Amino acid sequence: MSLALCSKNTLRQTEKMFWQKQVETMDRMTLEAFQLQKLQKTVRNVYKKVPYYRDKFDELGVRPADIKTLKDIRKLPFTTSDDLRFNYPYGMLAVPGENVVRLHTSSGTTGKPKAIFFSAKDINNAAQLIARCLVMTGMTRGDVLQNMMTYGLFTGALIMHYGAEKLGVLVIPAGSGNTDRQIALMQDFNSTAVHITPSYALYLGAALQKRGIDPREGLKLKRAYLGAEPYSEETRGKIEDIFGIDVYNSYGLTEMNGPGVGFECTEKNGMHIWEDMFLMEIINPETGEEVREGEVGELVFTTLQRDAMPIIRYRTRDLTSVLPGKCKCGRTHCRISRIIGRSDDMFIVKGVNIFPQQIEQVLMCIKGVAENYQIVLGSYDDMTIRVEISRGLFDGNIEHLLALKSLITDKVRSAVLVKPQVELLESGTLPVSEGKAKRVIDNRTL
Amino acid sequence: MDKVTQISIFAENKLGKMEKVTKVFSDAKINILAISITSTNAFGIIKLMVDKPELALEKLKEDGFTVSLTEVLAIEMTDQPGGLHDVVHILAQNNVNIENASVYVAESRKSAYLLVEVKDIENAKRVLENVGLKFYSRKEAK
Repeated sequence: MSLALCSKNTLRQTEKMFWQKQVETMDRMTLEAFQLQKLQKTVRNVYKKVPYYRDKFDELGVRPADIKTLKDIRKLPFTTSDDLRFNYPYGMLAVPGENVVRLHTSSGTTGKPKAIFFSAKDINNAAQLIARCLVMTGMTRGDVLQNMMTYGLFTGALIMHYGAEKLGVLVIPAGSGNTDRQIALMQDFNSTAVHITPSYALYLGAALQKRGIDPREGLKLKRAYLGAEPYSEETRGKIEDIFGIDVYNSYGLTEMNGPGVGFECTEKNGMHIWEDMFLMEIINPETGEEVREGEVGELVFTTLQRDAMPIIRYRTRDLTSVLPGKCKCGRTHCRISRIIGRSDDMFIVKGVNIFPQQIEQVLMCIKGVAENYQIVLGSYDDMTIRVEISRGLFDGNIEHLLALKSLITDKVRSAVLVKPQVELLESGTLPVSEGKAKRVIDNRTL
Repeated sequence: MDKVTQISIFAENKLGKMEKVTKVFSDAKINILAISITSTNAFGIIKLMVDKPELALEKLKEDGFTVSLTEVLAIEMTDQPGGLHDVVHILAQNNVNIENASVYVAESRKSAYLLVEVKDIENAKRVLENVGLKFYSRKEAK
């Protein structure tokens, strides 16, 4: 029945795939002036309303009036997830308690959770961002979004839900699990999009096939929004192939609203960060300094329009880099690469900061090596990369192996600026560990 | 059959590695006719001619070895002084470079085969046949 609504509004929407075109395509100078104004306001606000920030600013001898340009943000202190835990539950609130309408928490693996509060305005802003994201991928009124994320304290499902409703699509709050019911809902209500974890998408594809339903032909699905778990480009391709749909990467974290902080447009080349809401920095996690343009570093966000709980320079621990150039879609908001890992994984060799993911990216692009690898740091501050050769590509030619070895050496050196030793191993030699593989073995004794 | 299938095995330079390879052959009752080992510091490639190459490939794969099959020329020569020289002299004269080689002695003091890996095996075979060299055929194998 809902699909009958389809035709009326689609024309205007598809013609220009923007939700708030003026903001989304604002020229950089105007955008940066806007950011500065919002940053100054945010800083004044937290100095006045949040004792924790006032103390921190005073400690560093910085006053709100010192923020004269966007670059002055460097003068401000970082906020870490530990700081949020320390201030649990109400310490970071900038408004009276009766002004907040929503609590979400972000679970950590250690101890106390982080409490994130939203005012009605914050919920509305978060929903606006989701609406921008969905429209950016071509979604319109008349679409049906089956939301397969867990509803609850986690932001993933609810923020997406509010944003999709704001756009005017039919939202099915299916929640996670119960595959039979998911399939029935998809069939009965012709779901055109799903919000889903990558692992459940793969599971669902197999479950459909098992029940004799062709995921490509037997459904009306057009798009999937993947979130909540890291996944590779290969997995995206696989899911697109299984369902015959477009899969879009998204980025978000509860501390910054949840989903919709960054999202891919139909170019599928990096995620646009909504810079009118978040001031983004990419820093060297060791020194806290900004990295050079395009370099990999830790994402840091400052909320620019957060009402209930503004956060200054939040250390996300997520590693990424800013993609160069303008996006063909016309949006001026910067794009970041897929999150390549966590800054906690960083190690230092010969004074150079290296992330295992940088090496992994190099290895993934080289034919002849398998997925498994290990980085061994030796006592002379040397780095050895142990990598398994792929069974299928071994041709018995020792020259090819030597060439492979020097190719890996060169590519890694140009990626991380340290020349590695490379050891080629038989496949199956390295330990296979589920989840977080132990990639770096530090044998250095200092 | 004038080309011979040689098995190549990737091997890290580690104690006991060779023993693991020979055990596979021993258990599967596969006879090794010729062997050569190329080695760098850290790893090497073991190349073998065996009587049952397909079975050998299967068994090695089962045991997790990284293996591949390569075609080589098995050129007949006499197992007597000058036998090898006669053959490689012809190869050199005909611009056939030896990438890798080993020897299979079919009958001691009588006949042997030079197993050579070359870049363009079809072309090399044609050239060498034209100048009268003979190749191994499976019928002769014991």
